[in-house]
Amino acid sequence: MRLDDLIYHTGEWLRGTGPHSNIVMSSRIRLARNLAQKPFPNRATKKGSISILETVEEAVSGIDYFKKSTTFKIHEMDNIDKQFLIERHLMSHEHSMNTEGKALIVSDEEILSVMVNEEDHMRIQVMQSGLNLNETWKIINSIDDALSKRLDFAYSPRWGYLTACPTNTGTAMRGSVMLHLPALVMTKQINKVLSAIAKLSFASRGFYGEGTQAQGNFYQISNQVSLGHSEEEILQNINGLLKQVIEQEIQARQALMVQNKPMLEDKIFRSLGVLKSAYIISSQETVELLSMVRMGIDLDVLKDLDRRVVNELFITIQPAHLQKIEGKKLSASARDTKRASLIREKLGGV
Amino acid sequence: MQCDICGKKKATVHLTEIVDEQMSEMHLCEECARTKSVQMEQQFGLSDLLAGLADFGKQVKDKEQTTLACANCKLDYEEFKKMGRLGCSECYTEFESHLANLLKKIHGSNRHLGKAPGSIPVAHKKEIETINDIKHEMQESIAREDFEKAAELRDKIRGMEQEDKS
Repeated sequence: MRLDDLIYHTGEWLRGTGPHSNIVMSSRIRLARNLAQKPFPNRATKKGSISILETVEEAVSGIDYFKKSTTFKIHEMDNIDKQFLIERHLMSHEHSMNTEGKALIVSDEEILSVMVNEEDHMRIQVMQSGLNLNETWKIINSIDDALSKRLDFAYSPRWGYLTACPTNTGTAMRGSVMLHLPALVMTKQINKVLSAIAKLSFASRGFYGEGTQAQGNFYQISNQVSLGHSEEEILQNINGLLKQVIEQEIQARQALMVQNKPMLEDKIFRSLGVLKSAYIISSQETVELLSMVRMGIDLDVLKDLDRRVVNELFITIQPAHLQKIEGKKLSASARDTKRASLIREKLGGV
Repeated sequence: MQCDICGKKKATVHLTEIVDEQMSEMHLCEECARTKSVQMEQQFGLSDLLAGLADFGKQVKDKEQTTLACANCKLDYEEFKKMGRLGCSECYTEFESHLANLLKKIHGSNRHLGKAPGSIPVAHKKEIETINDIKHEMQESIAREDFEKAAELRDKIRGMEQEDKS
């Protein structure tokens, strides 16, 4: 697989199906793993990092899950390619800097990816569509088992998996779920919900990663604590919390439909109208409008649109994606034009 | 020992300078060290190093008590406090008492209850078994007072453990 092959496909996690997919975009679990005694990436020499990468590549080559995977060496990539992989949620921004010895291993359909030599030697990630943490755990757990037969992981019986940052020590697991909560935002209940989440030691952040504002009414919720509970227990806690948030969003949507249906329908159809007919559009405006359209599909107000098409647009309207599609560097204003034409094409516009 | 500069007060600061591979030692009293440190700062910009020198005698004592470094990756605890990142898996052993408190503060617990690595890699396992066998043989040699053989086996184990670490 070449990087450019990814342009015309999007990840399996965007297909817009699975439990609660009307509200939950995707479920993701990430495990941090390090090799025993080898300096962590922040203290490794260039030679040391390269040797870690070779060890990891050899280990994954014998595992079925990685059969159709490709390794991208980050230092060989240009900025647009790096940004492209960040936009697809396959790697972090941090992974695109100080790139010597860093690599990204991506499986077919982008269900599985491994950042090698990010903050830890390995950051293994599995993503699924909808609320699917249990299934996601099953997959990543068996990948981890297979890896642990081939690699000597840094582990202590007392503290579990040992990571560069002590906030990840223990299970070294981060489970996160991307939620689309437009009705809680419109009914101004979102802050109440978010502060309750924070009180329960879960973190929330925006769609476009750490430190980003919630755009398009997307909120990513994940566990903060990684030590003192088993993986299953942590995931159960996230599931329990999410069920409540989902219930609240459903109630808010119903309330809007009952109390103010014409206003809501107007908002949804106008959003679709602008997306279908605009010739210049910024990413921020796009994301706000797509959010309304997505809710329109969920509420059966828009009947002929596929949720997957809308999900994919959240990814493909970003700057590096537009430039990859166009096959050249584009200025900000050229991107706004390209973005509008891509949206018209995908939504069957004017 | 008297101060090399004023020749009056007791030298409490011992400075080693290396210029063009020529090493020179200086023994200074606190006051002259402070003056010297200002000169050197202007010369080399070694402000951080020499700021510590001014109160050298006292600081060394503190340093001896608090400087804790990982034998495997050489990260010292002060650096960890600044950066917030550990250097390798062995840091967890070296800084154990400090980390036990820190982990408890972060996670509300410092006891792992999650999964453990499925199994130890076969090659590694065999090595551990071999080392254990040799250790057993060494104990037997000691029991029958064959110390020459025991020493030979001890060196063999050390060699294998070293190899394992590298």
